[in-house]
Amino acid sequence: MKESFDAVVVGAGPAGCATAYSLARAGLEVLLVERGKSAGAKSMTGGVLYGPVLANLIPDSWKEAPLERRVTRHAVSLLSEKTSLSIDFNSAGLDQSLRDGYTVLRARFDRWFADKVEQAGGVVITGVRVDDLLWDGPRVAGIVAGGDRIPAGVVIAADGVNSVLAKKAGLAPRLTPENVNQGVKEIIRLPPEFIEQRFNVSADGGAAVHFLGFCTGGVHGGGFLYTNRDSLSLGVVVQLQALIDNKLRSVDFMEGFKAHPAVKELIKDGTTVEYSAHLVPAGGLAMVPRLYADGLLLAGDAAALVLATGRALEGLNFALASGMAAAETVKRAREKGDFSQQTLSQYAQLLSESFVLQDLKTFRRSPELLENRRLYSVYPELACRLAEKVFAVDGQAKKTVWQLAREEMKGRVSMWTLLRDALAARRSV
Amino acid sequence: MSGMTMEQRLALNKYEVDTEAHIRLKPDVCLQCQVRSCLYVCPAECFKEREGRISFSHEGCLECGSCYISCGPEAIEWSYPRAHFGISYEYG
Repeated sequence: MKESFDAVVVGAGPAGCATAYSLARAGLEVLLVERGKSAGAKSMTGGVLYGPVLANLIPDSWKEAPLERRVTRHAVSLLSEKTSLSIDFNSAGLDQSLRDGYTVLRARFDRWFADKVEQAGGVVITGVRVDDLLWDGPRVAGIVAGGDRIPAGVVIAADGVNSVLAKKAGLAPRLTPENVNQGVKEIIRLPPEFIEQRFNVSADGGAAVHFLGFCTGGVHGGGFLYTNRDSLSLGVVVQLQALIDNKLRSVDFMEGFKAHPAVKELIKDGTTVEYSAHLVPAGGLAMVPRLYADGLLLAGDAAALVLATGRALEGLNFALASGMAAAETVKRAREKGDFSQQTLSQYAQLLSESFVLQDLKTFRRSPELLENRRLYSVYPELACRLAEKVFAVDGQAKKTVWQLAREEMKGRVSMWTLLRDALAARRSV
Repeated sequence: MSGMTMEQRLALNKYEVDTEAHIRLKPDVCLQCQVRSCLYVCPAECFKEREGRISFSHEGCLECGSCYISCGPEAIEWSYPRAHFGISYEYG
């Protein structure tokens, strides 16, 4: 191995691979270090990769990457204990478009991406844990891994939500049980033809369903169900503080979720083949730390660049875009031969010109609004009860939907509270 | 297919178990804690309460970090496992 590099990237997830790939393509000497046995071995996501970011970096990626299924059905489902009420958007009739998003399995996806880095001329080493930063006075000058000191012009910390390097540099976002969500997931193997019939999708189409309500016992969180080629990704995401406050375990929610009538028949005859867990930074813009220091940049989850809205959690495309912006910054800095924080501050500038910081700004009030417990308890329950009344024909004189709604709201939520919550939700959805 | 135990869940996963634990408890700090959030937040149920004390086993750890973030008295010394050890996801 070389004795020094223009750039060392730590973490072969989407942020790290996007950075290393861009730099290698531009002819820089780049080293990508991953602690997993192979890239992706420690990674976990829901997960859907949204948007055209990957295709902007690798134009044919949608053909060659191990993407599972193109999402042609986006659904949101509100759950009571025994019923569900869903909105289901089917876009299969539209031309293939990268706006739809693709389901991914990270062990496969990250490995492919790290191979792309290698093909582009980057050096990739896996099974190596980076223990520390190498310092030259106040400046980051490389990494320390397995007792070896590896000097570099610049280090890009893309080492995930629990970023060790960001902590060492004093830049880490403060992770608290309030601003971190825990995701747990099962991979449930199911033959492709079952998936296509049950979810009404074509051979390469897929579904992404988000759930609210009973799946997290009425506390801050939600459920998800995504179709992969020959498996389903089923899981729940719950705020850590909600688990602590209510003395609840995510895995217990999983069991209830799997047994719910809205889910049970979809996963029937499937075999669970993996159980995984990961944290998601969900504190929004307020949680994003300083993104650079002398000789150091933070990208992806290490910088808490995840968008949490009332609609979904988006992290993969934010990781990719931040990695690309980091690479652009490093290229410019190398031309100047200057990796000082003054030059690297262009990174923050690039991110604020892209959707990454713009979206986090637009939805900066979301984390606070998502603390409203009624979103997970009263409202899904109310919606399901109202649907039950509206669709029931019981031989009695009918009432209007409005009359039924007022009856169901009685004792649960006042019209004033409902209106206030609806107004507040404008900014978080 | 419902009703899996934690042991059954974790048995699905591939681990390379290290002989030494990558997470350590500070017993004196831990004993003073009343909340014991580790018992709820660990998705692999690595923390158990026995005779009023918390014990920890690292074998099934999913390396998520929930325990140290939730530990009020900061009784958990947390790190990732050494190179080559710990969980290896096949799907992720």
